[in-house]
Amino acid sequence: MNATSAGRKNIFSFLISALILVFLFAVCKIATIHAAPPNPKPDAAASREAFLQVYKVFTSPRCQNCHPFGDSPLQGDDSHVHLQNVVRGKDGHGVYGMRCNTCHQSANLSGEHLPPGNPKWSLPAPEHKMIIVGRTPAELCRQLKDPKQTGGRSLPQLLEHVSTDDLVGWAWNPGTGRTLPPLSRADTVAQMKIWIDGGAACPQ
Amino acid sequence: MTSFFLNGKSVTVDDDPSTPLLWVIRDSLGLTGTKFGCGMALCGACTVHLDGAAIRSCVAPLSRVAGKHVTTIEGLSSDLSHPLQRAWIEVDVPQCGYCQSGQIMSAAVLLKENPKPTDKDIDEAMSGNICRCGTYSRIRRAIHRAAELGVEKRTS
Repeated sequence: MNATSAGRKNIFSFLISALILVFLFAVCKIATIHAAPPNPKPDAAASREAFLQVYKVFTSPRCQNCHPFGDSPLQGDDSHVHLQNVVRGKDGHGVYGMRCNTCHQSANLSGEHLPPGNPKWSLPAPEHKMIIVGRTPAELCRQLKDPKQTGGRSLPQLLEHVSTDDLVGWAWNPGTGRTLPPLSRADTVAQMKIWIDGGAACPQ
Repeated sequence: MTSFFLNGKSVTVDDDPSTPLLWVIRDSLGLTGTKFGCGMALCGACTVHLDGAAIRSCVAPLSRVAGKHVTTIEGLSSDLSHPLQRAWIEVDVPQCGYCQSGQIMSAAVLLKENPKPTDKDIDEAMSGNICRCGTYSRIRRAIHRAAELGVEKRTS
């Protein structure tokens, strides 16, 4: 083998090696772009921001009126105390002849100032009042993550509650003269999912 | 056609199922002891019992009571012997009287569930029944008296 032939062979080997390296680099790059990392780091900032959206919905009259601080439900867009001195009772359905379904039917009655309705019309039971009225975003966030205060519901179960519960759904079909929550139900659920998937981060 | 039990008797009416029960009771079935007050479940004058629980008949559609038992003031007793009726007469509660059948029907649910109510129990149970004559203090006294009469009745 002469010197020229050996030189050509070295150059050829170098080119092949370079091509292989370029190919491997490209494969790695594509894999990096297309494959999600096995454990993505939760996006706490996005989670917190999403919770603030959820908070706006939960503190709207349609949600918070049945999650009062005391034992009296609230009414109206100004969240005034329910007329007739209505109280929660032992099971969240009122007392004696003042049960929720004494006046509330299984569906809304048409016309302003008439009782809205749902078959499950009630307040949370006294063991888990799930107070919303007066809670700051941080307080409500921590409360939602405490199963002792949510009737034993985990975050996925709370998401399910907001997504599918019939009485919760009433908030987006409240009848004549009542404003809707600031987000649609689908958007509320989507924001809640971002909050939970991002680690259920709480605002400061 | 809708059938239900009114004061223990089976009745059938052909009113529209969305008709408020109050008008079925008063207009179709002729029992006028139950009164129309506000028509919006705000005053309690139209209170009747549905399977033993109080409801406001002015906003309850007829369809809600199909197959169930409705009791009106006329069905509380056949001879004014219910402790509440006796107490109401003894204490002379009514002034104009318009709200009184609703008051008595709400009080009946209270005493059935709590035979010896406190003033607080009475306030919580009766606050949905409005009396424009302001007979509240006599209503409260009569409920306490009915509780006593109920005890006498049960022990005699």
